[in-house]
Amino acid sequence: MNFEEILQISPYSLEKEEKEKILTDRLMELTEHHRKNCLEYARILESISYHKGNVKKCSDFPFLPVRLFKELSLKSVLPEEVVKTMTSSGTSGQAVSKIYLDRTTSSNQQKTMVKIVSDFTGSSRMPMIIVDCPSVVKNRTMFSARGAGILGFSIFGSRKIYALDDDMKLDVKGLMEFLEKYKDQRILLFGFTFMVWQHFYKELFRLRKEGIAFDLSNGVLIHGGGWKKLISEAVSQEEFHTRLKEVCGLNYIHDYYGMVEQTGCISMQCEYGHLHASIFSDIIIRKPEDFSECGIGERGIIQVLSTIPESYPGHSLLTEDEGALLGEDDCPCGRKGKYFKVMGRLKNAEIRGCSDTYAEKFK
Amino acid sequence: MQKSGGAVILMQKNSNSRKEQDILDSMEYFVGDAEIIRNMAVTPTRIPFDDEIVNFLNDVSRTLLGMREARAYPDVVTLAFWMRKASVLNLKKRFEKKDGDMHLGRGMVFHIAPSNVPMNYAYSLVSGLLTGNMNVVRLPSKDFDQVRIINRAIEESLSRFKHVKNYICLVRYERKREINDFLSAMSEVRMIWGGDRTIAELRKSPLMPRAGEIAFADRYSLAIIDSDVYLELDDKQKVAEGFYNDTYLMDQNACTSPYIVVWLGSRKEEAKKIFWEKLHRIVREKYSFQPIMGINKLTSSYLTAAAYPNVKIEDCQDNYLVRVKIPEIVDGLMNWKDHSGYFLEYDCGEILELRTLCNDTHCQTIGFLGERETLFPLLESGIKGVDRVVPIGKTMDFDLIWDGYDLTERLTRTIHLDFS
Repeated sequence: MNFEEILQISPYSLEKEEKEKILTDRLMELTEHHRKNCLEYARILESISYHKGNVKKCSDFPFLPVRLFKELSLKSVLPEEVVKTMTSSGTSGQAVSKIYLDRTTSSNQQKTMVKIVSDFTGSSRMPMIIVDCPSVVKNRTMFSARGAGILGFSIFGSRKIYALDDDMKLDVKGLMEFLEKYKDQRILLFGFTFMVWQHFYKELFRLRKEGIAFDLSNGVLIHGGGWKKLISEAVSQEEFHTRLKEVCGLNYIHDYYGMVEQTGCISMQCEYGHLHASIFSDIIIRKPEDFSECGIGERGIIQVLSTIPESYPGHSLLTEDEGALLGEDDCPCGRKGKYFKVMGRLKNAEIRGCSDTYAEKFK
Repeated sequence: MQKSGGAVILMQKNSNSRKEQDILDSMEYFVGDAEIIRNMAVTPTRIPFDDEIVNFLNDVSRTLLGMREARAYPDVVTLAFWMRKASVLNLKKRFEKKDGDMHLGRGMVFHIAPSNVPMNYAYSLVSGLLTGNMNVVRLPSKDFDQVRIINRAIEESLSRFKHVKNYICLVRYERKREINDFLSAMSEVRMIWGGDRTIAELRKSPLMPRAGEIAFADRYSLAIIDSDVYLELDDKQKVAEGFYNDTYLMDQNACTSPYIVVWLGSRKEEAKKIFWEKLHRIVREKYSFQPIMGINKLTSSYLTAAAYPNVKIEDCQDNYLVRVKIPEIVDGLMNWKDHSGYFLEYDCGEILELRTLCNDTHCQTIGFLGERETLFPLLESGIKGVDRVVPIGKTMDFDLIWDGYDLTERLTRTIHLDFS
């Protein structure tokens, strides 16, 4: 089954066996494609004596550690076919992932995202508040993870407004007018978890004390990017939800799990707080000691599979995130497939040695 | 005019000494105090292997071996044995010069210990003492039990050897430039552990024109095993334990830890199977594995595989041990080294194939198991690297010849005597 055909299937409709078969076929096709078109990938497969005959199911495919994309320029297309290069958000001095997209992969990312998100928000477009500043998306050929996320989600917006200016100040007047204008409609809000908390929630909280209140009870907030920074502020997921509801009446809040290395295939959080893998992707939790598969509820390293990547060998990746599988095909929300939770990033190794470590080699 | 000029100088002097006081006060003292550092300018140096120093070190050794706490740390016990009198007198026999000249310590030695290992500071200090110097040691920034225990033993022995007090000051401070400046400016020798980055940091602080420096830079090491010799050994378990100590004990991140294992001889596969199996069992039992290590090693092995054709990643059952077989020794191979149990492996037909690897000033130790004659063609080929060849299991054993330096020579000076 090619990707166009997979796209016709409803994103959470397949049961385990059916999904496994479709995914295995597609991932096999991608593995062979990258083996033929990416020299480094071919060498890696050769080094582990990969034989396609040994692959019976999704968990048998080799996986690349995501950090490889920071160290190498991996692509399976000619340089002139690259239309976009995406980079992970790294602070200065850190290596960033470089993900090369051609027209097909880029457009499949968009299509996939639409299928997944509309399962949660409905398929019609909505007025949209982007909780970020306009400058993040300025350079259209080099995308940061934040910029890519914003542009990806922008297709769900009929009218758009940036909630923050380039100094990260809340545009109070603009927001007021926007909300007044679309007051009877459902409104989509999108932003990175930390931005939403730091520059949106905190400011709304402050303003309310001054008597300025916003009503977002018609809103749906989709946010992602991880809790790492919020954990240092000791904000739990529950608190994030209740506090936002308190300050502006927001009822529908969906976290999502995704990464620039597999844009498009995001895992959205359902009404029960579970992250769901769609039919376009899957997750496998692996034990750190030997990379064998974990059982349900067992904490391990998250491997992500995606049916999209054709221009770079990123269809099977080992992340540095920890998570646990919660179940498969039986979430009370009714969506099929695996559902899981993410615990956060693995800690850097603490190692001995006579050379002082100022900075980790790859970080 | 003259008077006021004098006043300015006096004021400057006052403010200098106040600044000096501030700097001295900003350090944390574990053994000794600011007064001892200040006195170092006038404390007399001693001759190498001075009797009182030798007796003092023997006393510290006895104190350590008498502490129940100390005996729990094999590395502390090793140090204690190394500094007991019998062992030091052996060193004296090896290093004492009988050339009719006079040999003396150089003065104040400023030691910068690495931040993430416990023992180097002690070996550095003992080297400075044995060669007749006053010593200021910057202790590791991390809290180690071993450091606490050794410091307590030193304190205890100093109460019996009051004259040695002026020769030892153990301090800790945040990486502060002005303290580095101050201690560097007063030292006759600066001894820097901690690798390239620390050396670069300390080099910002000038030394006196005649002062010297011993810098332990980033290095790499290898192991060479002759499969035929190995298979003849009765005690292969001992080799495995020795190799574990060479590598995993320090997360395979000491400059002496082999990161590549080179196999010689005619029964390589047979030897490898036994060697790695035995090691793997010890590692599973003793090594504290951290979850990210598996990902780190997978990343390194794939980077190596992507860089060269025909690399083979061996199946080692789990992530405690990762072996990557390389088809040839090429330039830049050390870019792909890693730690925590990550080994490049190479089947060597002819010893001179290792020349590229060893003809590099970064190459430090060869942990060797085989016939000595095998190595000589390599060592005699005019290579720029390799400072020591030691048996597997002994790569971390400290000696006064270290990292290619004769410390007894670097830490002393000579008064040439000619009365003719």
